[in-house]
Amino acid sequence: MTTATQAASAARARASAGREAKILREHIVEIVSDSGEGAQKCGQTFGTVSAKMGNGVWTVEIIPAEIQPPARSPAGASGIRIRFASHAVTNMGDEADLVVAFNEQVLYSRIVNGAYREGTLVLLESKWRDDPVPEIREQYAKAVVELRENGLSVHELPIEQACLAIMSNPRRGKNMFVLGMLCYLYSRDLDRAKEEIAIAFKRKGAEVIGLNHQLFDAGHAFAAEQLDFRFAVAPQPPEALAGKRFIVTNGNQAVALGVMASGMELVSMYPITPATSASHYLADVYHQVGGFVHQAEDEIAAIGFAIGASYAGKTACTITSGPGLALKTEMLALAVMAEVPLVLVDVQRGGPSTGLPTKVEQGDLLAVLYGEPGDAPKVVLAAATIEECLLFVIMARRLAETFRTPVVLLTDANLATGVQPYPRPEPSAEWLAPPIDQSDWSEEVPPYNWDPRTGLSPRPIPGMPGGQYILTGLAHTCQSKVAYDSDSNQLSSEMRSRKLAALASTLKPPSVHGGEDGDLLLVGWGSTLGAIEEAVERARGEGLAVSSLHLRFLSPLEPGLKEIFARFRRIMTVEINYSDDPKAPLINADTRRYAQLAMLLRAQTLVDVDCWSVVYGHPLQPGMIHGVIRERLAAIDNAGDA
Amino acid sequence: MFGLKADWSHEVFDRYFTIGDYAGGEARWCPGCGDHAVLNAAQRVLRDEQQKPELSVCVSGIGCSSRMPHYMGTYGFHGLHGRALPVACGIKSRRPELDVWVATGDGDCFSIGTGHWIHAIRYNMNMVVMAFDNAIYGLTKAQTSPTTPTGFKTNTHPTGAIIAPHNPLTITLGITNASFVAQVVDWNPPLLYETLKAAYRHRGTSFVRIIQRCPVYSDKFIKELQGDPSRFLVLEHERGIALDESVPRQFPQRVRHDPSDLGRAFQIAADTSRLPLGLLYYNPAAPCYEDLSSQGADLTPRQRLAGLETVLDRLTI
Ligand SMILES: Cc1ncc(C[n+]2csc(CCOP(=O)(O)OP(=O)(O)O)c2C)c(N)n1
Ligand code: SF4
Ligand SMILES: [Mg+2]
Repeated sequence: MTTATQAASAARARASAGREAKILREHIVEIVSDSGEGAQKCGQTFGTVSAKMGNGVWTVEIIPAEIQPPARSPAGASGIRIRFASHAVTNMGDEADLVVAFNEQVLYSRIVNGAYREGTLVLLESKWRDDPVPEIREQYAKAVVELRENGLSVHELPIEQACLAIMSNPRRGKNMFVLGMLCYLYSRDLDRAKEEIAIAFKRKGAEVIGLNHQLFDAGHAFAAEQLDFRFAVAPQPPEALAGKRFIVTNGNQAVALGVMASGMELVSMYPITPATSASHYLADVYHQVGGFVHQAEDEIAAIGFAIGASYAGKTACTITSGPGLALKTEMLALAVMAEVPLVLVDVQRGGPSTGLPTKVEQGDLLAVLYGEPGDAPKVVLAAATIEECLLFVIMARRLAETFRTPVVLLTDANLATGVQPYPRPEPSAEWLAPPIDQSDWSEEVPPYNWDPRTGLSPRPIPGMPGGQYILTGLAHTCQSKVAYDSDSNQLSSEMRSRKLAALASTLKPPSVHGGEDGDLLLVGWGSTLGAIEEAVERARGEGLAVSSLHLRFLSPLEPGLKEIFARFRRIMTVEINYSDDPKAPLINADTRRYAQLAMLLRAQTLVDVDCWSVVYGHPLQPGMIHGVIRERLAAIDNAGDA
Repeated sequence: MFGLKADWSHEVFDRYFTIGDYAGGEARWCPGCGDHAVLNAAQRVLRDEQQKPELSVCVSGIGCSSRMPHYMGTYGFHGLHGRALPVACGIKSRRPELDVWVATGDGDCFSIGTGHWIHAIRYNMNMVVMAFDNAIYGLTKAQTSPTTPTGFKTNTHPTGAIIAPHNPLTITLGITNASFVAQVVDWNPPLLYETLKAAYRHRGTSFVRIIQRCPVYSDKFIKELQGDPSRFLVLEHERGIALDESVPRQFPQRVRHDPSDLGRAFQIAADTSRLPLGLLYYNPAAPCYEDLSSQGADLTPRQRLAGLETVLDRLTI
C-alpha cells in the first residue's frame, strides 16, 4: 500500500469504527475452509475472547468427511462453528447467522447439512474469481450465483490479497486476519484478542506473535473498510456468572480433568477417534498430578492393564469408543464378575463397526448395558454437559470403589469436540482416591463378604497381610473359590445385581424441565440435553404443554419414572441412535424397532414410550426437536386421548 | 542374632515362611501332570527367598496350567484366556513393589495371547513368566496348539497337525527388550528350581518356556523326548543357570553358552533338533517399563491438588 492509500483507508477505518453496532442476543458464526487453513484456531480464539468477555459460548469443530480431501471440495469442509450469546449456551444451535468461507465449494456441504438459512451472511474469499485456472473461475462464478439464489447474502472480499501485503504465504496467516475481521464485526475487546493470539503462538516465539498481531490488525481495519454492518453481543448479566471463575475446555479435556481430580493415577488406552484427544491432553499434563497414560497394544490389553492396576488397589480408567468398547467386552464382564472397580469412558461415535469415526451417535447404550454374554450388571452413567464429563468421572471412581464394580461413563463426539466455558471446579482431597489400604485383613472375613441386603463387600488388596485370595472370572463362592454348584452361582449373581438396587435406593427421582404434567414429556440422555431443553422452552413459549426429563443414570435407572410418566399424555425419547420411523414401509407395531433408551424404558416401566431418533451423525439441533414436538403434539390431538 | 537388630529381628522370627505359607488349595491337576512340578518349584523359590506371601501375586489366563494361582498361598488373579500378561503388567504399573508370577499355557500365550506376549516382553516389567508348554490344549481336551508338532494327532487335526509349529524361543529372542529367556523341562526339578530362582532374581521380564508333560493328551510327544537325551542340549555358563549334578546325568549333551550373546542364543534356539535347556539370553540392563509407569505414585494428596490447580490455571479465563 502506498502512504496515500494507507492514509485513506485509515480514515475510512476510523469512520467505520464509529459505525453503530446492531445489538444482538446471540449469533452463530462459522468459519469454513479446506483443512489446514487454521479456521479452527481462529474460531477457538474468537470463542475464548467471547467467553472472557462474559458471553455464553459453545464452539464445535466442523470435521471434513474425508481424511485427505482434495482442496476446494465440498467433502473437505473443515472449520468451526461458534455460538455465542448474552445468555448461557448449551448446544450448537440451528442455522448460522454469518459464515466466513475461504472458498466457495466448502459451503455446499454445509448447505446440504442445513447449516444456513435465508439471509445468512457469507463473507467469501474472492480470489477464485481471478484464478489462473479457468474451471476454478467458472466454479466460483457459478457458485456465487447459486448461493445468492439460495438466499444467502454473499459479500465477496479479497481477503488473501489483503494478507499478501503482510506475508508471502497467506494460507498460513489468513486465519488471524479473519479473526481481526470477526473481532471488528462483533465489537470484541482487541486487547484480549491479542493476548489470546500471544498465548496461541507462545511456543513459536515473539516474531510469529508479532506477525499474527499485524495480520489481526490488518483484518480489523479491512473489515471496517469493507463492510457496512457491525454487531455487538452483550455479555451475560453479572448475576449469571455469580462472580465465579470459569475454565474453557472440550468434553474430552473435561474427562481428563475428571480423571486427575478423581485421584486416578492411570489411564490405559488404545487410540480411537473421537476418544483419543482425552489421552493426548492427559499425556501433556498428567504428570503434574503424578499420573501416567499407558498406550496399550490393543483395547483388550488396555482394559486388562487397567483392571490389573485396579485389582492392585489403584483404580484405573480406560477410555475408548465403539469398536474399542466391543473389544473390551470380555474384560468388562470379568470386572463385573470379580467385582473389580474400574472406570470405562466410552466417547460414542457412529456405529456399527467402524461406522462414522468422527461423528456423534448415542448408539452404545444397550451394548454397554447388555453387551456381555451372561448377566453383567454394572453402573452406567451418561454425561449431559461438558462440565458433567468432568464431574461424572470423579463420581464414577467413587461409585466404582464403593460398589466394587466397573462404572461406564458414556459421553459422545458432540461433547468431546464441543468447547465451552463452565465454572472452574474446586478440587478437594475428598475427590481423590484414598491411599491404598494395607492394613491386616482378618482371615475370618471372606474376600466377598457380601452384605445380603446390599450385595456390598469390602475388598482385600494385594499387600494386605492375611487377605490373600484368588480372584477368578469363574463362578465362585464368597471365599472366591471356584464353584459350579447351583446355590453359589445363584447367590453370587444376586449379590452382584443387588448392588445396583442398593445404589438406586440412594438416588433421587429426576427433575422435570418445564411443567410437572402436560401433553408430552421428552426423555433424553447424554449430550442432547441443551438442544432438548431449548426446544422445549421454545414450544412452551408457544403455549404447548411439553416438558423434558434427562437421565444421568442409565444403570441403575433413576427412580420414580413411572409416576412422572403417569402425569403426561405421551412419553417420547429423543435420541441419536437408530429407530424405525413408524410411517416407513413394513413398519408396524410388531416390526418397529425402538431407539435404545425407549426400549429400556418400555421394559422397565411398561409405559408405551414412543421415540424419535435419527442417525444423521450430527448433534440434534433445537429447531429440529422443536419441529418434532409440534408434529407429535398435533398427532396426539388428532388421535384424541392417547 | 537376638538383640542385634531388635527392631526388625522380631519380625523375622515371627514370620518365617514355610512352603505351607505359599500353598493354597490342593492342586487338582491329573496325576503325572508336569504342572505339579512347576508349582512346587515356584513355592520353593518363594520360601527360599522368604517373600511375604501378601506381596506376591500369581496371575494367569485360562487353561490347566492357568489354575496355578488357586494352588498358591499368595494373592492370585485367574483371569481370561490369553490375557494374563496385560493384567500382570497393570498390577506392576503402579505397584512395582508387588512381585508378580505369570502362569500361561501354550495356547494362552502363543495363540490367543500372542499380541500381549510380544508387547509384555517389550515392556520388560519385573515378573516371572512361566509358559507351560505341553504342545496341546489341555483344558479343552486335545486341540492343536501353536507348538503341536506337525503330524501329531489332535481332536481338531485327527490326521495330525498340518502346519509347522511356532518356535517360542526365537520369537521371544527377537522381541525388543527381551532380557531373560530360558527353557527347561518340568521333569528335572533342580534345573527347574534354579531357573525359576534366577528368573525371580532377575529384574525384568523373565520368560521361561517350560516343556511340560501332559500324560493325558500329549503323552506320546513327551515320551519321545524323554526317551531320547540327544534331543536336548544343556547350556553351561557361570552367568547361566546353576546346574545340579542330576542335570548332566539326565542330559549328557552340553555346550558352553554366554547368555549375553544374542546372536548365538538365536542360533541355538533355531536348531529345533536339539532343545536347549538353561539360560539362552540375559540382559540385566534392559529398561523396565514400571520405572516410567509408576512415576508420581508417591505424590502426596497435597502435591496432586497443587498440580491440578496449575493445570486448571491454564484453562481458566
Ligand atoms: C475367549 C476364550 N476362548 C476360548 C476359551 C476356551 N479355552 C480355555 S483354555 C483353552 C486352551 C488352553 O490351552 P493352553 O493355553 O495350552 O493351556 P493348557 O490347558 O494346555 O495348560 C481354550 C481354547 C476360553 N476360555 N476363552
Ligand atoms: S489334561 Fe494334561 S495339562 Fe491338563 S491337568 Fe491333565 S495332565 Fe495336566
Ligand atoms: Mg497347553
